[in-house]
Order: sequence, then structure tokens, then C-alpha cells
Amino acid sequence: MKINFILPEFEVIRDRDSCVSCRICERECSNGVHSFNEKKKIMTADQAKCVDCQRCVALCPTSALKIVKADCSFPSNGNWSEASIKEIYKQAETGGILLSSMGSPSCLPVYWDKILINASQVTNPSIDPLREPMETRVFLGKKPDKLKRDSDGKLKCELSPQLSLSMPVMFSAMSFGSISYNAHKALASASCELGIMYNTGEGGLHKDFYEYGKNTIVQVASGRFGVHEAYLEAGAAIEIKIGQGAKPGIGGHLPAKKISSEVSQTRMIPEGTEAISPAPHHDIYSIEDLRQLVFALKEATNYNKPVIVKVAAVHNIGAIASGIARSGADIIAIDGFRGGTGAAPTRIRDNVGIPVELALAAVDQRLRDEGIRHKVSIIAGGSIRNSSDVIKALALGADACYIGTAALIALGCHLCGNCQSGKCNWGIATQQPELVERLEPEWGKKRLVNLMNAWKNEIMEMMGGMGINSIEALIGNRQMLRGVGMTSKELEILGIAHAGE
Amino acid sequence: MKREGLVRIPSGCAIASVISTEGNRMSGETIINAMVPMHERSNGLGGGFAAYGIYPEYKDFYALHMFFDDRSARKSCEVFLKENFEIIKSEHIPTLKLSTITDEPVIWRYFVSPLRAGLRELQIDEREFIVRKVIHINSRQPGAYVFSCGKNMGIFKAVGFPEDVGHFYRLEEYEAYSWTAHGRYPTNTPGWWGGAHPFGILDYSVVHNGEISSYDANRRFIEMFGYKCTLKTDTEVIAYIMDYLLRVQGLTLKESADIVAAPFWSTIENMSDRREAELKTFLRTAFSQLLITGPFSVILGFNGGLMALNDRLKLRSMVVGEREDRVYIASEEAAIRAMDPLAENIWAPGGGEPVIVKLKKGA
Repeated sequence: MKINFILPEFEVIRDRDSCVSCRICERECSNGVHSFNEKKKIMTADQAKCVDCQRCVALCPTSALKIVKADCSFPSNGNWSEASIKEIYKQAETGGILLSSMGSPSCLPVYWDKILINASQVTNPSIDPLREPMETRVFLGKKPDKLKRDSDGKLKCELSPQLSLSMPVMFSAMSFGSISYNAHKALASASCELGIMYNTGEGGLHKDFYEYGKNTIVQVASGRFGVHEAYLEAGAAIEIKIGQGAKPGIGGHLPAKKISSEVSQTRMIPEGTEAISPAPHHDIYSIEDLRQLVFALKEATNYNKPVIVKVAAVHNIGAIASGIARSGADIIAIDGFRGGTGAAPTRIRDNVGIPVELALAAVDQRLRDEGIRHKVSIIAGGSIRNSSDVIKALALGADACYIGTAALIALGCHLCGNCQSGKCNWGIATQQPELVERLEPEWGKKRLVNLMNAWKNEIMEMMGGMGINSIEALIGNRQMLRGVGMTSKELEILGIAHAGE
Repeated sequence: MKREGLVRIPSGCAIASVISTEGNRMSGETIINAMVPMHERSNGLGGGFAAYGIYPEYKDFYALHMFFDDRSARKSCEVFLKENFEIIKSEHIPTLKLSTITDEPVIWRYFVSPLRAGLRELQIDEREFIVRKVIHINSRQPGAYVFSCGKNMGIFKAVGFPEDVGHFYRLEEYEAYSWTAHGRYPTNTPGWWGGAHPFGILDYSVVHNGEISSYDANRRFIEMFGYKCTLKTDTEVIAYIMDYLLRVQGLTLKESADIVAAPFWSTIENMSDRREAELKTFLRTAFSQLLITGPFSVILGFNGGLMALNDRLKLRSMVVGEREDRVYIASEEAAIRAMDPLAENIWAPGGGEPVIVKLKKGA
């Protein structure tokens, strides 16, 4: 007899009085949780299959359903948590590496929540964004060292290519393949309407999305999927992905079942094959190799596009960033250990890398100490959850932020963390046509535009409160931040004073 | 309590200035009078003046005005000075004992010229040499502080009301073609003379009324280029920004104003002159971290002229008046009237609109 070590994590509670057996839940659940018992004429549930994505709950017309955490529990133990025990059962059974999706849920400190923002009182006025201009436009890219004049003494207005954003937030890299066509379309069209950027991730650019090129960052990663001349030319900037916050030091793996015909064409790989990105770029084994790739991409695009180098936040990130800044990159993107992913080994996701807050502060300070901060812009990501996180990131030294998870949540994601299954009930992390069509691109675009406009309004309110009417005066303005409940070492690394100081 | 510089102290203030475009020199009495009707804008915790054209007999030498905590600080700093400069003259700055000005440090002035060997070794020009040595003294020499280091100009400042500070330094006895003045209203008790204004570097002096909200963004940017903000005041960082833009980057006053009080993007987009729009976009993008936000009214003094500038929203008062060869600028019209009851063409410059006044025959 089979011993079931792993107890169902969730319990499906159905109010029999409200349930009308309409079977919507059954149709909506790609995991096969719900079914109709013809004999008893009632709906039943296979709880073991439930991932708590809340799709059935959200669509139940009579609100008869609720999914709760199952209270069937292991003996309580301060050292051996339920999760630790279950992981051992799983590995003992399969012999495999544990896989997870989305960002690390671990209880490590979220520094954003220990940082507080300033506001004007008496000595200078706050500014009302409803009555005064409040500017949120930023330009990412190298700024000049020394200005030049022509023979008539006129200033030469020569700038390296810049990325112009209407607000300092962009959608971060999520490949077509890991997420659906419709999700990509929503991100791309929302970016266009907002005047910001989205990022192709390592999946190439679907032929339908070239029209959004001026709001697209095209990514070149270790697998080089979908990279060709027209692709590089299509985007407003090119991002070299060295690492990702959720899985620093390893590559990526898009399972064969997600390689549909469209995905295969876009990635330029055979349908139904495993898409494996190597851990390193095999032409970058050192910093001088990075310089060659940066310039190869610039050469290929006639020096018209800024090049971003994205790295995961790891130890010694300051020195790494300094090396990147000197390699010719125009922008550095730092991805914190809480950044999301379509799939990552659980151990790596939850134990490798460092918080983006500390990495960002260290990089910004290091580049200033070396006198080269103006030669490179900084993007911070992983994980930015709301507009106050954006304000804090900018004041610590970021020029802009990347959001991935927050954008997916706007599209309906409930963070169930099962992207790797390819059975996303919200039509986001899936390639199954019947699931993809659940996410209507126009509806998704509207929600993304709403989210960004809401954040922009909040950013303007907080800026006005600080007496700042242009976002560039916030960037690196650490005087506007104070920490609470942190050690002096943490405050020293963040470069901020404690509240009350 | 921590000394100013270890802690940032915001201040409200009064500013005033007068310049003769013909280069006619006037005694300090005029500018001291300007500060009297603005008494309420200061609180007795800082006042100061900058005067241009006051040392014609030493015009080729840098005049270092210094505060020392005590005699031994002066002695040890002089060792450093002698290693780097030829000292032409070294003297006490003459002062008048007043009951309203107390706790004075040792106040000294030196007329110096950089040693040629030092310039050659560092491969830099004279002005850069002065900047580096002054920053070295102010950040590394204990108990010593250079508060003025230009040629043929000088800053005089103390803890006290500005009109008392003026009399304390006997400014009636100096003759300058351009004067600026400052009365300070800090929100905290600084009690240190170095924290008073104007703040100067080379012949640039800054008096400022306001509290800028961009302070730390500006400070952390400018410190990349060798400046050390030891006082943590707005005035200090503004002076360094102006030195960087004007001297190091070689920008004009107008171009510099377009960076620190940059036009709004919407204004730039609506400009009919495309070259002008391109230039403003360029300057604003290239030096985005030197945009100054929050309230300020600033008068920048330099050899041969001055520039007054308000923040983009005009969150601080500042008016300009003139008569004959003189131009007056002050926080209040009353201050202008105190200098010249018949001053005419009184007007308030718009936010971000620089008022540049230069001597007709140059510096």
C-alpha cells in the first residue's frame, strides 16, 4: 500500500448550500482539482492537486468556494519546519533537485520595510503635485565627463545614447515562453502607452511585437535564444543578462512542454526541445570578455543603443559593478535575491545572493568613491513591491527600478509559485492555448497602465512631501531616508542615519 | 552637541548685495545698513559679508582668511602652508571688541602664492591647486579652517547678527566695488563661526536663503570630483557646484543657471527655438544630479560681477533694483531702500531666471 508522506497543503472548502454545481470551477482548474460526482450529483475536490492559485474562488458565481491552508500538521518543532520535512520526503521519493517559482518567500529581512521617508516641515515647503509641476522623467545612460565646444564657442550637445522614461519604473525581463503571448502583449502595449520599457527576457521577440520596439529592451543571455540582427535593431536598448536574482550562478531551463510552435520560432530552436541556457556566457569568462560583448553589440547597432548589463546581487557586488562600469556598459541592472523566476532550484532561490537594498547602496557608493557614478546608470530590481519601495530605491541611488512580480500580480497572478508546471490558470505562465486566452491583452494592458499611473501619482505625492519637484533630485538623496531597527553596520552599508538622528 | 558639519543644520536667511558696474568702490557701511531692516530674518546665529576689490595692493595673491581654534592649531597649520605656498603677508584680521560678538576664534589672513614646484608636481593649474589645498586644510587640519581664498576679495563672517558682524570686522574701513551679505536663521544652535555664510571657494562666494531638498543628491555627486562638504550646508554645496560648472567645466553663468535651476521639461518642449531646446535638454540631462530643488535665492559673487538666482518655483523672495551705476539685490525691498532710498526699477526676477551683473570694464 502506498504511503502518502506529503499531505495536501490546501483544503478546498465548498459551501454546499451555495454551490449550484455549475462546474465552472471544474473548467477553470487546469490542475484537475474539481470534478462532478455524477452519482451523488455534487462537486468534489482532489485537494492534493490544489496549488492555491485562487482561480476557482475568483470565478465561482455564488462565492461558494474558499481555499485555506490545511491545518493537518506535523508535530511542531522550532528547528524542523513543516516545509523542511516535506522537502526531505519529496527528495527521498524522487532523488531530484527541488524546484520553485517566483521570488524567495523566506523570512530574511526586507530592508525596504525598515527604511522611512522624510517630509518637509516648516524650514522648507512641501509642494502640492496637483498645483505645481512635478517631474518624473529620467534618462538612463552615460553622462559626459568633460564638455566640448565647437570653434565658435557653442556647446556641442553630444550625449551617449539615452533611454528616456516617463517615470523611473520598467517591466523587467520575462521571456516569451516563460510567460504567454498575451502576457507579453499586455506588457508591451502598456509600456508604449506609459512611455516606459518592457524587457523581452531571453526568449527573443515575437514577430508581432516589433511594432513596440521603441519601448522594448531586447535581452541577450547565455543561450542567445532569438538573437539576430533585426532583433538587436528592434529594441531601444540591449541588455546582456549575466545573472538573475532568483538564481545567481546558474542558467535557465524552459521545459520542452512550454516550447510551442510560436515559442520555437521566436527562440529559433526546434519545437518541443528543452531550452537550456548555460550557467555562464561561454564567451565571457572574465571582465575583459564582457567588454568585448558590450562593444560587439554596440558595433552591431552602430552605437545607437545603450547597453545594459544585468547581474544578480551577490557578495562583492561593488567591485563587480565597478568592473561593469569600466567595461563600456551604459547601465547596470542589479537584481536582488528576492527577484522572481519562472523556475529555479529551491535551494538556490532561497540561499544564494543578497538583498537588493544592500547591493544597490554598496554599488552606488562604490561607483561614487571611484568617481564614475555618472558614467553609468543603475536599475534596481528584485523585489520592488510598491511606489514607496521605488522612492527608497531611488534615494539609495537607483536611477530606475525594474518590476516583474508586481506586474504579473496586476495581470492576475496570485503567487502560487507553480510557473514551472506550465499550467497557470491565469493565462500568464503557460503556453496552453485554452489557458493563454484567459488573459485578454487589452484588459491586461489597462490594468498595467492603471498600476503604473497609481504608482506615479503616489511617487509625486511623496516627492512633493519632501519638497522635491523633479525626480533627479531624489536619486542618491540618502538624506531623505532613515532606518529603524537596524544595526549600525546595516545603516553604514545603506549609508543612511537612524530615525531620530 | 555635535559641531556643524557633523550634523546638517537647515537655515532660513536674509541676503543682500550691491555692485557698482563702473567699478566704483564703496565702504562696507552701505551693505551693513541693508541688513538692519531685515534683522528679523536672522536670529543672531550667523552673519557675514563678501567684498570684491578690497585688496588692490595684493591683487595677484590669494587672500586666505582663516579661523583657528587656538594658537597651536595656527602654528601647525602654518607648517602646511609653508610647504605649499610662498607667504607674502601674514596678519591678524583687525576686529572691534563688541559685547554682541563673543567666543571668537583666532582670525588670521595670509596673502599667498602657490609654490611652483608644487604645481609642477601635481600637473595642475594654480586655481585647482588652491582648491585642493583648501579642501585639504578644511577636512584634515584639526582646528584650522579656511573661509575665504580668492584674489582681491574676502569673506568676513561670525556668529552674531549681520550688522554686528559687519562692525566687528570694521567693514566701514574696506572699499569694495561689490558687496554681498548674509544673515542666518539656523534651526539649531551651531555656535561655530565656520558655519556662518557666505561660503567661498576661490573668488566665488555664495550667500543663500532657503533649504534645498536636493542637498544630498547634489553633495554626493559633487564629492566625486574632489570636493569635500565638511559643513553640510546648502551654501557650501552650491559654491562647489558653481566652481565645478564655471571653472572646471568652463560653462557660462547662464548655462550653469540652466543646470541648477533647469527649465521644466514642459517648458523645453514648448520652445520655438530648436537649438535652444536642444541645448537645455543636453545640459539638464548631462548634469541631472546638479539640479537644485526646494526653495533658494542665491547670490553668487565673483571677481568682476555677481549672479542672482531663484529656484524654479520662486519659493523665496528676492528683488532687484538699480540707480546710476549701482545694482541692488536683496531678500526684501526694504533692504534696497536702506542702501539707496531712491533706487528705481525694482522688480522680482522669475523663478530660475538668472540676473547677471558684470563690471563694464571687466574684473
